[in-house]
Amino acid sequence: MTSGQQDKSGLSLLLRQRTPIPLQAEFSCQRGELVALVGPSGSGKTTILRAVAGLHSPQSGQISCAGEVWLDTDTNLCRSPQQRRIGMMFQEPSLFPHMCVLDNVTIALDHVPRKLRHARAHDWLERVNLGGLETRRPATLSGGQQQRVALARALAREPEVLLLDEPFSAVDRVTRRKLQSELAALRQHIDIPVVLVTHDLEEATLLADRICVLHHGETLDFGLPDRIMTQPVSPLVARLIDLPNIFQGVVERHASDTGPALMRWNNLSLEIADNTTAEIGDTVSWIIPPSFVVLHRRRKPSKGERENPVTGRVSEVLTFNEISRITMLIEDMDDCPLVISLDTHAARRNDIQVGEIITVSLLAQDIHIMAAKKT
Amino acid sequence: MLSLKLALWTCVILIPLSLLIARPLAWTKLRYRGLIEALIALPLVLPPTVLGFYLLVALGDDTYLGQVFQAVFGRGLVFTFEGLLFASLIFNLPFAVQPIQRAFEAIPINLREAAWCSGMSSFKTFYRIELPLALPGVISALTLTFAHTMGEFGVVLMVGGNIPDETRTIAIAIYDRVQAFDNVAAGVMSLILLSISFLTLGIVYMAMPRWSGRS
Repeated sequence: MTSGQQDKSGLSLLLRQRTPIPLQAEFSCQRGELVALVGPSGSGKTTILRAVAGLHSPQSGQISCAGEVWLDTDTNLCRSPQQRRIGMMFQEPSLFPHMCVLDNVTIALDHVPRKLRHARAHDWLERVNLGGLETRRPATLSGGQQQRVALARALAREPEVLLLDEPFSAVDRVTRRKLQSELAALRQHIDIPVVLVTHDLEEATLLADRICVLHHGETLDFGLPDRIMTQPVSPLVARLIDLPNIFQGVVERHASDTGPALMRWNNLSLEIADNTTAEIGDTVSWIIPPSFVVLHRRRKPSKGERENPVTGRVSEVLTFNEISRITMLIEDMDDCPLVISLDTHAARRNDIQVGEIITVSLLAQDIHIMAAKKT
Repeated sequence: MLSLKLALWTCVILIPLSLLIARPLAWTKLRYRGLIEALIALPLVLPPTVLGFYLLVALGDDTYLGQVFQAVFGRGLVFTFEGLLFASLIFNLPFAVQPIQRAFEAIPINLREAAWCSGMSSFKTFYRIELPLALPGVISALTLTFAHTMGEFGVVLMVGGNIPDETRTIAIAIYDRVQAFDNVAAGVMSLILLSISFLTLGIVYMAMPRWSGRS
């Protein structure tokens, strides 16, 4: 039984195909929820979105939304894009260049009585902060304004699902931030599933309720952004979402009366939370998110910072506004650079500079161990 | 007048026909698309006499096409206005199809998909989105077809001959007058042909930026 058959209100999807690109994807999206599809180029994100829209017919699969079956290859059912009630935003705004802004929105209002269409289109344009630009042609608008018109057009159809295909990738950073905020605010008023395709992980964690990580068309991980970013299911997922601090260790001991579970990491023995199924002697992959590494205050050590202490020399300090990303090299473990992220003011207060010796703690509860066989 | 009539009828029939041919040709992934395009482009490179000869043979009373026309209308196609019109449709095919095909090709696929996702049927997508965007190509096709029909000589002579009020177009009439050493009449008709062609092209090229601006 697929999730598609269980879910009667939101969107659910199960796709299988070998060509033109292999797909083996499965996820669901509840009403009012935003699911972000992330993955490298060619991972099948856009193809999946196009399959939901009815613009791509997979070899095998089921798609249902709001209790209606849109695709079921077992029964040869495949509804056209016109029959699916979707709102779609493409990477490019894809506005109709020969029509004014108002007509671009009105044209998606066929389901509304003719005399009400212009008023409804005005309403949608107001909701995306474009009031007053109704008579303008798309070519005279900025990239951000064009995407707002595209969003108004997508929502004007009163869709059962909103599909966003990297909608903010073609605009500048400042505009992207504004559009992301506006989308987040608009979501409070639209009670439909929203699927966002993006290669920007920051955008995905900012906007999404759940993230679906894809690689070569296959769903590798699906869950809450926090969980994915701190406890990915495999080293491959960790690498795909660009997590640093992916290491390998050997399970030394399970927790017992004699002490906590231990893992050997090169020449260090680390305490770990005993939630791994690996046997003693197994090689496992593990990660620790940079923001979870605890820096020992250099001038004021405290008792609570003694768990898995690791000392090393700072090899790089990169500052991005309020966050500093520090790389440290542990003695005799140069091939395992440990990355830490700190508030910039904390980095300054501790006078962290390249060449300085620092000590950090890798808290056992934050060490996430993954199955070694999946490396 | 006969030339104008022929040019108008050619445009009236050929432009819708070209829309039907050019639109799928612009987006098809058929393996044999190149061959179809070559077939349509043939009148551009074939000597008018060769094209005229084949048309003359194809339209003759012995052929299936000629016999069907004879049965329906009670007269043959060769050396008639209808035959001339048929020939005109054939030799103008590339002038009408190619600009329209290029115009359709220039429409991004995203726009058609956006139209479908907005709930528009294929037909509504065609007349609300594709046709307005392809309009400059349609206007080009119209102009080229009109001007080319007005000036075509070789094929017209081969298929239509030189029958007054039936197949004697202005280009044939000019040739006829020159043969009869009536240079004054030939000059007047040449000037008329030149003016009509220039006016047609002038109007279109003057208006083209505005049409193009729409897209």
